[in-house]
Amino acid sequence: MSRRAAVLAIGLVLLALVPPVAAAIGQPFYVDVFRRVMIFAIAAISLDLILGYGGMVSFGHAAYLGIGAYAVGIPAFYGIHNGWLQWTIAIVVSAAVALLIGAVSLRTSGVYFIMITLAFAQMLYYLGNSVEEYGGDDGMRLAARSALGVVDLRNGTTFYYVVLALLVLSLAVGHRLINSRFGMVVRGVRSNEPRMRAIGFSTFRYKLVAFMVAGAMCGLAGALLVNHTEYVTPEFMHWTRSGDIMFMVILGGMGTLGGPVLGAVVLRLLEDLILPAWTQHWQAILGPFLVLIVLFAKRGLVGLLPERRDG
Amino acid sequence: MLLVLEQALNGVQFGVTLFLMAAGLTLVFGIMNLVNLAHGALYMLGAYLAATFYQRTGSFFTALALALVVTLVIGILVELVALRTLYERDHLDQVLATFGLILFFNEMVAIVWGRAAIYAKLPAWLSGHIQVLPGIRYPLYRALVIVVGLLVAVLLWLLVNRTRLGMLIRAGASNRTMVSALGVNIRLLYTLVFGLGAALAGLAGLMAGPIYAVQIGMGEEILIQVFVVIVIGGIGSIKGALVGALVVGMVDTLGRAFLRPTLATVLSPSAADSAGPALASVLIYILMAAVLFFRPQGLFPAASR
Repeated sequence: MSRRAAVLAIGLVLLALVPPVAAAIGQPFYVDVFRRVMIFAIAAISLDLILGYGGMVSFGHAAYLGIGAYAVGIPAFYGIHNGWLQWTIAIVVSAAVALLIGAVSLRTSGVYFIMITLAFAQMLYYLGNSVEEYGGDDGMRLAARSALGVVDLRNGTTFYYVVLALLVLSLAVGHRLINSRFGMVVRGVRSNEPRMRAIGFSTFRYKLVAFMVAGAMCGLAGALLVNHTEYVTPEFMHWTRSGDIMFMVILGGMGTLGGPVLGAVVLRLLEDLILPAWTQHWQAILGPFLVLIVLFAKRGLVGLLPERRDG
Repeated sequence: MLLVLEQALNGVQFGVTLFLMAAGLTLVFGIMNLVNLAHGALYMLGAYLAATFYQRTGSFFTALALALVVTLVIGILVELVALRTLYERDHLDQVLATFGLILFFNEMVAIVWGRAAIYAKLPAWLSGHIQVLPGIRYPLYRALVIVVGLLVAVLLWLLVNRTRLGMLIRAGASNRTMVSALGVNIRLLYTLVFGLGAALAGLAGLMAGPIYAVQIGMGEEILIQVFVVIVIGGIGSIKGALVGALVVGMVDTLGRAFLRPTLATVLSPSAADSAGPALASVLIYILMAAVLFFRPQGLFPAASR
């Protein structure tokens, strides 16, 4: 096992220990905090699949967070609480929307791609704002968490371990994908797309499928997030959310699987706990911090861990 | 019919505001190859500064001039301190770093002015109406915005196509290594172009202040619409920015005004009530997708890119 994989495994074990420790010190609040962290970690992993491995700078990834959330919220609004159904809808609809957005935006590249993905996410944000049935810009409360048979999400600890299990699953899926033939092609496209085309790959199709997989995975994160907050608003899709998720990937280290998880842990704790406790104007600190990370620590926190070159 | 004309004028007015933003952004991208998300922050600063200076000095024109100069100076400072190091970086770095700048500027505005929206007042002599056609009155201030916007478009065209600075800008856009090899101080040129873009964004913001609410986030809201303009018009093309801005301004304004009543003639009133605003809010994005589908490089692609 490489050193980074070992660090990631230790991190996951630590995450698994959060509920008993929180119970022991009488601070169940931390179960909520880290559940939110892990949900964003899944979203960040999904973005890293296309951003870090595929070189597609999608600046509208929060759109799928919102789609996943509304895919749970809208059935619940009509009294359908079956979680299997809701989560399936979240994944399928996110993938379908990613297919549509990808089909248009992947025809372009570079800065066009950034602007177009951002614009489409913003389009969905405004759509959410203007559909009054589902709360418009106020959003709507989730009447009940998704019902998953014997697994009772109303129990905070149970829900925590469901999210942890899905995080591990996302990492496993990511690992399998990246090292598969498909993943090799996507990584090849990132390094040199004309060459990949020249040796006969239809790079557009590979990129589109990767874009869909990332969208579907982030849709699942959205379904988890709405269960966590028990509330859904268009703010889930706001473009600053997309920037947030992208920052997690860069902060942790893009093009690695552990990086987005680490980035999600650090950024969420900074934004949710540490900085707000210090000053209400914490964004004035976070902004320049982000600039400095980009300028001086491009490889992210994972880059600080020494590792033998393994390709 | 009168309403249509009034809304069409509003569309032009929104379009020229978009153009002022898009021109700066597309110049900066065309020449420095820099994606600047913080461009919206300069728009916001222009609006806040003009409102505050007008309150303090009591003179509308002094306030506008001061706001413009201060925005220009802030823009140049941002270029010198932060953006200068980003020109050689890839787009991802630029997007993230300028995203960081937005967080910073928004929070700074919250510290200085507070989080509540402020209202920029107009002097009495500007708040009247003018007679556009017999029987059609239009707010004087909005008409003035249209005139100023179109005037700036003409001046910008003259600057880029008829002056030495414009020649250098065009040369810098097509081959910057060659331009600097010929002894032009390319760093200075970059700073000038960025300052020009900042001033245009500030101008757009200070003119928009009395029309829309002056609030945190106003910069990003228009920035994303400006992205749509640039994608439609073609990156790096001023002509594309003008055409794209007018089209987007018109489609957005007319869509918001008339989509619901038009739908109500075919759908039930309640269905039109919900579908109208929803469709109106996504109309420009659908337009963008359609343009991209047929012309992935926009309507007026810049030659060298």
